[in-house]
Amino acid sequence: MNLDVLTQRSGEWLRGTGPEADIVISSRIRLARNLAEFPFVNRASDAVRAQIEDFLRERIEKLQGRRPLTYLRTSDLEPLDRQFLVERQLISREHAEDHGQCGVGVSSEENVSLMVNEEDHLRMQVLRSGMDLDAAWAEINEIDDLMEQEVAYAFDSQFGYLTACPTNVGTGIRVSVMLHLPALVATKEIQKVFQALQKIGLAVRGLYGEGSQAMGDFYQISNQVTLGKSEIDIMKSIKDVVAQILGYERRVRTALVKENRQALHDQVSRAFGILQNAQTISSEETMHLLSSVRMGVNLGLIDDVEIPTVNELFIQTQPAHLQKLRHQKLESAERNIARAAYIRQRLAENNPHTSA
Amino acid sequence: MKKCEHCSKPAVLHITELQDGSVEAHHLCESCAKEYLTQSSEPESVEVESSLSIDESDDSETAEAAPQEQPPCPNCGITFKEFRSLGRLGCAHDYSHFREELTRLIENIHSEVQHVGKVPKRQPDASRQQFDLIRLKLQLKEAIDEENYEKAAGLRDQIRQVELELRSSSPAT
Ligand SMILES: [Zn+2]
Ligand SMILES: [Zn+2]
Repeated sequence: MNLDVLTQRSGEWLRGTGPEADIVISSRIRLARNLAEFPFVNRASDAVRAQIEDFLRERIEKLQGRRPLTYLRTSDLEPLDRQFLVERQLISREHAEDHGQCGVGVSSEENVSLMVNEEDHLRMQVLRSGMDLDAAWAEINEIDDLMEQEVAYAFDSQFGYLTACPTNVGTGIRVSVMLHLPALVATKEIQKVFQALQKIGLAVRGLYGEGSQAMGDFYQISNQVTLGKSEIDIMKSIKDVVAQILGYERRVRTALVKENRQALHDQVSRAFGILQNAQTISSEETMHLLSSVRMGVNLGLIDDVEIPTVNELFIQTQPAHLQKLRHQKLESAERNIARAAYIRQRLAENNPHTSA
Repeated sequence: MKKCEHCSKPAVLHITELQDGSVEAHHLCESCAKEYLTQSSEPESVEVESSLSIDESDDSETAEAAPQEQPPCPNCGITFKEFRSLGRLGCAHDYSHFREELTRLIENIHSEVQHVGKVPKRQPDASRQQFDLIRLKLQLKEAIDEENYEKAAGLRDQIRQVELELRSSSPAT
């Protein structure tokens, strides 16, 4: 897989399709698995890590799943390319920083990624656009079954699938739904959501998972408990909570439009105007303005841009993407100029009015 | 008495290897046998030993404070204390080795101590064989430490047998 080809397109999960796609960006399910015959990654020497990587790579490349996978040895990549894969959500930040031989199998639509030698020997994830956990589970479950025919997983009848960290043991599952919640953030109602989620043992994370800041009003809701509940029950608790949050966000959006339509229309139009015209712009401001525009389009206040374009810009305006696009290393100030130029170009070519 | 094939000391281990259809006889002295068995059973076992000795020196300071401290995992050498400071376990066997301590910890994290949900289809055979493997490797190490090389050679054959069964129980690709 040539990474430069990826810069020209985006993952299928950004298409903005699927149920509830106005608020739910993506559904993701990740399974953590380990091979019974090797020590866990953190306890493995470089030589053993290499053995694990060779062993799993061979099996991933031969996997007869519904999507063919391309395998990349991430430890051989430049730091910029690894960061690029993190920005596309194909590998975790932890995986990008890892030392020792590691890699990832990726489907061409970027829906599937199988990480080798992350915290666990194998971390498999499926991403779908919109609220689509059932489809994500069906696919990851199938991939897990196929892998299991080739390897012996570390499993215990009491503790289930054994993981390097006991916080993941049992099902080894993490179910995450990424939500765009600008109205709840604007009205500070989001705090109540956080408190309620904490009480029922669900975690809230930013765009890039654990420890990452919430940017552009994006929040990932995910389970913390992995043992003592079935995969189906864990998914159900997430679905129930997401349904409530969706209702909440929609009610607040409606109230905002009703109470102050003009001010809201002004805000989203200004946001769009800045993105169309800025000559230099930080990542933070970009996220903030894109979030406004995204809500404006979903509320029918503006129709100058399509949702998939907005979704893509969230990812493609990040540092590694801009540098890959320009084929050079850029300092922060240079990135801000490159970012503004890229956004202007994308918004001009995707304007439904000018292209019609 | 036969002499060791590597040095000239008296041989204590006499084994016949069957590998890829060819038969090889080996006669080794104590120290060469130790090296031979360790190497051919598990590539990482040398490392296990060195990490074990580090743990022991570490623990001696706090031995009084924690009189009931579990011995380190025989498979990867991690101590429970080390796990507590790292937050990561060393190998799958740790879940059996520290079962009692981990059950308490896992109950704190998940409020449950029994897995429900998906189970590997190859269960229970594959995992029984995996645990056999871990147990046999542990016994092999003990046998080598006790300098019981006849027993060690027998154990190593058993390990190979189980490994072979494991490979053949997974559908050929
Ligand atoms: Zn000798
Ligand atoms: Zn261990």
